[in-house]
Amino acid sequence: MSNDIMKQSLKSVHEGLVTKEFSARELTEVALERIETRNETINAFVTITEDAAREAADRADQMIARGEATMLTGIPFGVKDAICTLDVRSTASATILDNYISPYDATVVHRVKSAGAVLVGKQNCDAFGHGASNEQSMYGPVRNPFDTSKVAGGSSGGSAAAIADGQCFFSIGEDTGGSIRQPASLCGVAGFRPSYGRNSRYGIMPMASSLDVVGPMARTAEDIAFLMEVMAGEDGRDATTVSDPVPRYSEYITRSVKGMRIGVPKEYMELEGMDSEVRKITEENIARLQDAGCEIVDVSLPHTKYAVPVYYIIVPSEDSSNLGRIDGVRYGVQSGDSANLYEMYSVSRAQGFPEEVKRRIMIGTYALSSGYYDAYYRKAQKVRTRIIEEFEATYGVVDALITPTSPFPAFGIGEKKGDVLAMYLADVFVSPASVAGLPALSVHGGMTTAGLPVGVQLIGRRLDEATVLTLGHVLDRSR
Amino acid sequence: MSLTREDIKGIATLARLSLTPEEEIRYAEQLSGVLSYIDMLNEVNTDGVEPTTQVMGLTNVVREDTAILSDENVRTKIISLFPKSEKNMLSVPRVFEDQ
Repeated sequence: MSNDIMKQSLKSVHEGLVTKEFSARELTEVALERIETRNETINAFVTITEDAAREAADRADQMIARGEATMLTGIPFGVKDAICTLDVRSTASATILDNYISPYDATVVHRVKSAGAVLVGKQNCDAFGHGASNEQSMYGPVRNPFDTSKVAGGSSGGSAAAIADGQCFFSIGEDTGGSIRQPASLCGVAGFRPSYGRNSRYGIMPMASSLDVVGPMARTAEDIAFLMEVMAGEDGRDATTVSDPVPRYSEYITRSVKGMRIGVPKEYMELEGMDSEVRKITEENIARLQDAGCEIVDVSLPHTKYAVPVYYIIVPSEDSSNLGRIDGVRYGVQSGDSANLYEMYSVSRAQGFPEEVKRRIMIGTYALSSGYYDAYYRKAQKVRTRIIEEFEATYGVVDALITPTSPFPAFGIGEKKGDVLAMYLADVFVSPASVAGLPALSVHGGMTTAGLPVGVQLIGRRLDEATVLTLGHVLDRSR
Repeated sequence: MSLTREDIKGIATLARLSLTPEEEIRYAEQLSGVLSYIDMLNEVNTDGVEPTTQVMGLTNVVREDTAILSDENVRTKIISLFPKSEKNMLSVPRVFEDQ
């Protein structure tokens, strides 16, 4: 079976499986072989689960034989390593969890597996989701399949690169600031951040609890729609999930977008330092929506520039608290012979976290410390309210927004090393929707002259995933 | 806002992170840079603005207070993850120093 199959849509692969053109086992072998051949170069996977994958594929073939196949049955997928998977090493790409074998599946992983999907391995990421280039993984950076001297983006870089490189059909990622959308953009795939609370976070290693969401990454908005139907919905194990009904996204996305009003925020398009090709590709995609019958409206979101500073107070603060549990006591790697408990904590954590994790714990610890809480965390929460209000006012006028996903295409590995603020600014277009808890999709928008992918972002009203996916589907079909 | 190396040492103690002298110097510089950037938030007038803690507006989500037992299998797996243990109990270095 040819490797080309790995770049097909879920719909067409499903067709091939149910018509017995090929088996789930054969498909899984193709994926495993591709991973085996490419992992040394791309480094998308931290752990490959060949044996469990073959067993899951055989079970999928039995589901198909019994006529119980769903759209995900027999489909090889990967999971970001900061998400727990039953009986599989889950390291968050940090050596402090090098030996951690999760005794349970995250709810979203459980749901996708129950639908028959085949887990092929755990994907490299910036450790505990801290980073925008995947250079903060303690298992080495992920390389961009379009140019292996470039980063894959982050933090879900392994997940994006694996899909782009035909090593799996979809991935489950996690997005706090832009960790699903930014690597999707840099690798030319689709990445979806659902509304806060839409997908269960049970089993996700928490970073910033007031922002973290779990979402799918795949080739297209249509594939994302199928995945969201399975992943989304209330979970008794996560009290932050919402009970709103989950629409049939895959049916919804075929609706016409004629007359839909799409906002173009000038603060995004006029950002100083944005790559000119990124601007041009975004404009081309705006024109495509117009061709499909959308009405394009210029809007202004003046508080956009405050989303990154808000993010870099709220996230490290919540992070420093959440990561307190990673201390080498109950699981993970404990440092050798420590004289006392304090030394055991501080040495285990110093050895097992990479630089960016430590930096964020330090910022957060400072921001939450006595006397600084009001000036930093509380101030950021108030500015967060202003950002949310501004989005809400805009959604009185438009149905969705279109923006670039990343201000630049993939950059060189090592290029931004040491320049902390430059790396943080990679999140400038993705963090506003995160701060506001809105659904946001990055779809492939076009290629630069150097042959690097550029994504565009669609941001919708709270819980209106359907509109965002519909617009993404329009852009996918117009390419 | 500028942080000194002494400030960094204090924060690192609170955060339970053992830093090298190079890290202390580097973080003093980098954290000062990040905090100056964040000072930008003071441009925004937030008088009378409520802080956002939960974007969906959910409050006090409760469930029945009933225990759900895990199978023995899960218990065994969790115990096997303990870095150090004695008779299935977690073992840690002493908490109080000898006087």
